Amino acid sequence: MLAGVARACGGDLQLAEDATAEAFVAALEAWQRHGVPVQPGAWLATTARRKALDRLRRAQVYAAKLAELERQVAMTSSPPPGYTIPDERLELIFGCCHPALSREAQVALTLRCLAGLSTTEIARAFLVPEATMAQRLVRAKRKVRDAAIPLRVPDVRELSDRLPSVLAVVYLVFNEGYAASAGDAQVRGELCDRAIDLGEALVDLLPGAPEPAGLLALMLLHRSRRDARTGPEGDVVLLADQDRSRWDAALIARAEALLLAVAAAGRTDRYVAEAAIALVHASAQSYAETDWPAVVTGYRRLLRLNPSPVVRLNHAIAVGMAAGPHAGLSLLAGLDEELGDYHYLHAARAELLRLAGDMAGARAAGRRALDLVGNEPERRLLTARLAALTPCAGGCLR
Amino acid sequence: MAQYAVLIYDDETAVWSDEQQKEVMDAYWAYSGMLTDSGKGNGGEALHPTSTATTIRVRDGQTLTTDGPFVESKEALGGFYLITADDIDEAIALAAQCPGARTGAVELRPVVDFSQIPQA
Repeated sequence: MLAGVARACGGDLQLAEDATAEAFVAALEAWQRHGVPVQPGAWLATTARRKALDRLRRAQVYAAKLAELERQVAMTSSPPPGYTIPDERLELIFGCCHPALSREAQVALTLRCLAGLSTTEIARAFLVPEATMAQRLVRAKRKVRDAAIPLRVPDVRELSDRLPSVLAVVYLVFNEGYAASAGDAQVRGELCDRAIDLGEALVDLLPGAPEPAGLLALMLLHRSRRDARTGPEGDVVLLADQDRSRWDAALIARAEALLLAVAAAGRTDRYVAEAAIALVHASAQSYAETDWPAVVTGYRRLLRLNPSPVVRLNHAIAVGMAAGPHAGLSLLAGLDEELGDYHYLHAARAELLRLAGDMAGARAAGRRALDLVGNEPERRLLTARLAALTPCAGGCLR
Repeated sequence: MAQYAVLIYDDETAVWSDEQQKEVMDAYWAYSGMLTDSGKGNGGEALHPTSTATTIRVRDGQTLTTDGPFVESKEALGGFYLITADDIDEAIALAAQCPGARTGAVELRPVVDFSQIPQA
């Protein structure tokens, strides 16, 4: 809805946001008195446009802007029967993720305008002071308005250039919610759900395209483990130890269907490749029954598309599980330079050394991981692992 | 509809042969012609190199004049166009056709429209 209102406001996101907020307040009063209208969305959109009009009048803004808005209000005040509201979230997200904005601004705007998070919540999610985030948002909105960044879905020719930044931002939003680093659990769950909603909208926009389908499948597979991945005290439960009966089978089935459709079309991309690995894990009845050679194949495919150090780390762990710890350890040895400060590298080494029977080496690597870990639940996990020196592994096992 | 300045930054120290020089000038004439014909261009100018620049500051009523550009850098502002576009996407498409975008870089800056600013 915000996109439609913002367009009516000449791309002024701040005005659109204020007017939309006002419309919601008006709805609280009006709907209590008169009941919920037949098309609540259209009611809100029209009211928000009217509120924007009031605000513009009050601010004595340029007459042409008013005329345009009046025309739009006249057009939309009574939606024709059978009128469906187009998915304005897509227009909004392509505007928020426009390449003329920095990635930081893209993410902040998306969280504000699409996930509906408050500035305080966004600041908390990114561990920056609230004033910093407020300023980032104000600057971004000002650029959208002054540089005339359009709120619309790009046409087919531009779409392939524009899609990657949208997918990256959606995945960042999801990961902000998913990673157990910091912040309010409820806000974080909300972030995951909003990212999945956006993924669904992108799949609807581009049926048959591998990238959005892969991203959605990947998010659904992570989300399916939601209830199993934290213990009662908020502790991290590793993949190996999760109660698999608590995984959401419906989400896994939906992800599998998405991936099968992409595979049938013979297409792939890095999200599809990541999701395929997650699906191997999701399909195993127990950790012991994990098809490690399939995981290794999946990481090999992913490495061709995205040869990042973290992917190499996960590949090494999978090799260690499939072909024995020594094979994995020799691959890990090549990662110290790039990932020396990354606690998963040392946690993974500790686990593989343990499997290889080198308990002293495992303890040393475990202590190194503990020195580097940033958040409390993971610290508790690593402490427990170190004490018992029982399985403890890397990123792909979360 | 918005107006943008297309600021062309390029390496001033590059030495070009006569043919290269002619090629670049032809490309700029063609670009200027396209902007004029499509009604998207509102003028523009090429600037002499920064070795001809003079920078002026007034402090406490005193005019301080120094030789050289405001910012010394390898890539300098060498010229500009003013263009009109529906939105930044159209402006980016027009800026991308500027010859300077292929050798140096062009910076797109929205022009302030004072008629859109509310009067206090």
